Amino acid sequence: MEAAVGYVSGDADSLLMATELRLGLPGTDDQKPKTTFSPPATPRGKKRTADAFEDSAAAEEAHKEADDVEAAPPVAKAQVVGWPPVRSYRKSCFQAAAATKSKANKKAEDATSSNKTTPSAAAPAATSANGGSFVKVSMDGAPYLRKIDMRMYKGYRELREALEAMFVCFSGADTAASNPSEYAITYEDKDGDLMLVGDVPFDMFSGTCKKLRIIKRSEATGLGSK
Amino acid sequence: MTYFPEEVVEHIFSFLPAQRDRNAVSLVCKVWYEVERLSRRDVFVGNCYAVRPERVVLRFPNVRALSVKGKPHFADFNLVPPDWGGYAGPWIEAAARGCVGLEELRMKRMVVSDESLELLAKSFPRFRALILVSCEGFSTDGLAAIASHCKLLRELDLQENEVDDRGPRWLSCFPDSCTSLASLNFACIKGEVNAGALERLVARSPNLRSLRLNRSVSVDTLSKILMRTPNLEDLGTGNLTEDFQTESYQRLTVALEKCKMLKSLSGFWDASPLCVPCIYPVCAQLTGLNLSYAPTLESSDLTKMISHCVKLQRLWVLDCIADKGLQVVASTCKDLQELRVFPSEFYIAGYSPVTEEGLVAISVGCPKLSSLLYFCHQMTNAALITIAKNCPNFTRFRLCILEPGKPDAMTNQPLDEGFGAIVRECEGLRRLSISGLLTDKVFMHIGRHAKQLEMLSIAFAGDSDAGMMHVMEGCKNLRKLEIRDSPFGDAALLGNVAKYETMRSLWMSSCTVTEKGCQVLASKMPMLNVEVINEVDESSEMDESHGGLPKVHKLYVYRTIAGARDDAPDFVKIL
Repeated sequence: MEAAVGYVSGDADSLLMATELRLGLPGTDDQKPKTTFSPPATPRGKKRTADAFEDSAAAEEAHKEADDVEAAPPVAKAQVVGWPPVRSYRKSCFQAAAATKSKANKKAEDATSSNKTTPSAAAPAATSANGGSFVKVSMDGAPYLRKIDMRMYKGYRELREALEAMFVCFSGADTAASNPSEYAITYEDKDGDLMLVGDVPFDMFSGTCKKLRIIKRSEATGLGSK
Repeated sequence: MTYFPEEVVEHIFSFLPAQRDRNAVSLVCKVWYEVERLSRRDVFVGNCYAVRPERVVLRFPNVRALSVKGKPHFADFNLVPPDWGGYAGPWIEAAARGCVGLEELRMKRMVVSDESLELLAKSFPRFRALILVSCEGFSTDGLAAIASHCKLLRELDLQENEVDDRGPRWLSCFPDSCTSLASLNFACIKGEVNAGALERLVARSPNLRSLRLNRSVSVDTLSKILMRTPNLEDLGTGNLTEDFQTESYQRLTVALEKCKMLKSLSGFWDASPLCVPCIYPVCAQLTGLNLSYAPTLESSDLTKMISHCVKLQRLWVLDCIADKGLQVVASTCKDLQELRVFPSEFYIAGYSPVTEEGLVAISVGCPKLSSLLYFCHQMTNAALITIAKNCPNFTRFRLCILEPGKPDAMTNQPLDEGFGAIVRECEGLRRLSISGLLTDKVFMHIGRHAKQLEMLSIAFAGDSDAGMMHVMEGCKNLRKLEIRDSPFGDAALLGNVAKYETMRSLWMSSCTVTEKGCQVLASKMPMLNVEVINEVDESSEMDESHGGLPKVHKLYVYRTIAGARDDAPDFVKIL
């Protein structure tokens, strides 16, 4: 029993971390220093975690996978520093292109593109993907916006479900039971027009969508057939 | 020969412009060394830390054209931290003291300050040409100094630099007396320029042959300029994005038609498809075309343009051109020598509309192809073997499959055989970049066949130290080796230490080299600088599963006669 207690205390930090509430899928936490959760050397340690804390074992497995396959993490959309090998100059020109295309976002994007012009080698990996797939999502009444990667979704249903999951925390404030059908999802296309989501084939939509807006259905009159 | 008067020897040497030959003759005897060094006009320094600037200037006091390169190539992809080094200051200062006859300065991947540019502008009365490529650290104020003080300036060529834009004033600093400009390239300047000042400058530059504008220059200004430059050979357009009135475009077409000497066209920043027909009049005479900054042009727009370009030798495009667009290139551009297909999206698991089929089509239609840079999302061994047979003249072959470690799209095998075919068939291959799923076998092929190879870029490839060792053993002419994310460790690093003195440099990042191995290398080879580059946030992620030795994150090794450099930042350790 004493020995088992020893193991518990040794893993105490990691077990606590495993039960910690966090935003994000298991296995996507980069901050976790590897030494804290050293692979349990004996079966006893493993059994302990498996029996008593199933969640943490699952988290450990997922995390290990993420460690091993750096270039293809669990969510399968990674950014590897300096890959593909394209000059920063070329990438920054494309970001300027994205800024001029979207008239409505012009101010915001100019701010971000001027940040990119500083010769900093630590260009955040995520920003180089901005040139195509990440779109802002705003919701009426929400205090801040979110960003999603359009490439993660294969159809409208997936997109709708993801958005509902993302914004469910906000709709609780006003009404006791927020009803997703109260809201309509609209988007801004290349020309800056506000369009109702769902009219065109999904592939066409994801290519032309620059920004998503979730608005109250009462304001959505005149945008679409329903 | 030593009985000839020195003037005669010098005259004979004047027929040897190549640096390699001049280096060779200077080794013959002391007299020849002296004659050669005093008559040397062109000096090329491939690594700014290989030799001290003072020493270069002392040996070649009469140099007219100096060319210096700074950061290693992988700095282009943000793999070298900022403040690593590559400062132009010491070079310009040394030249200002020791060779005031300097006329031309070329710098690549260096950090250039405004103060240095000002010193440059004021120190060399015969200065004619400044070419800066992929440099940073300066602003338009530095350019203003160059414009103001270099009375004989013929060439100001700024290629892909990070320039701090402090306003349009700099262009107005060219004095009215400056009429010598033959080449002006300010495409990388981000802000506005004064259209009137630009037009006046062009009007008083009758020798202007090459002009590359930035995206702030309007179509109307461009048309006005082109009416003044009928002898222009190389043009980089300004802004072609707006919804122009048809009149503006018509004026542009008329102006372009006047430029009978125009051979090369670039720019097209986010160009609108509406501009495509304007270019038709000059397409048939173009030998060079760069459309790689026009993501708004779709495959059909591109093919419409390219189908007129029968004389094209050099083409840079985005992958939006798609395989079917490349087929149009293949059937139209029979003289094509250089092709670069860039990705329009930088997402590694993303989709690219070009595949191996596009490249095979090119190889069939364009047998003169010798230089290739191709980003795609899939490749096959069969395609590479076909390409190698069709195009044995490759001197530069750079293939980048967007997803690291991706196998043959049809057979799921590694791409060893495909690249093997390339190095076997292309005996003149000097530069090679490989990608996709690759085992040690590909390196066996490279070591065995790539005898002329000078530069090799490796990423996410190989199984073991043997891979790198095949290359180090076999590639007799290797000068630059750059490796990332490949399982090569100390055994490979130390397998052939003498070779590093025959090479310019070695770069290894995210490999399995340890600091101990680096120390051994440094102690065995005192003529090398062994730089271990560890960024603070990376060091805690050192994988300790390789026998507990901390792995080196980034390693840069280069031969030098200058010893350890004194401008290294904290995160660089020179062993």
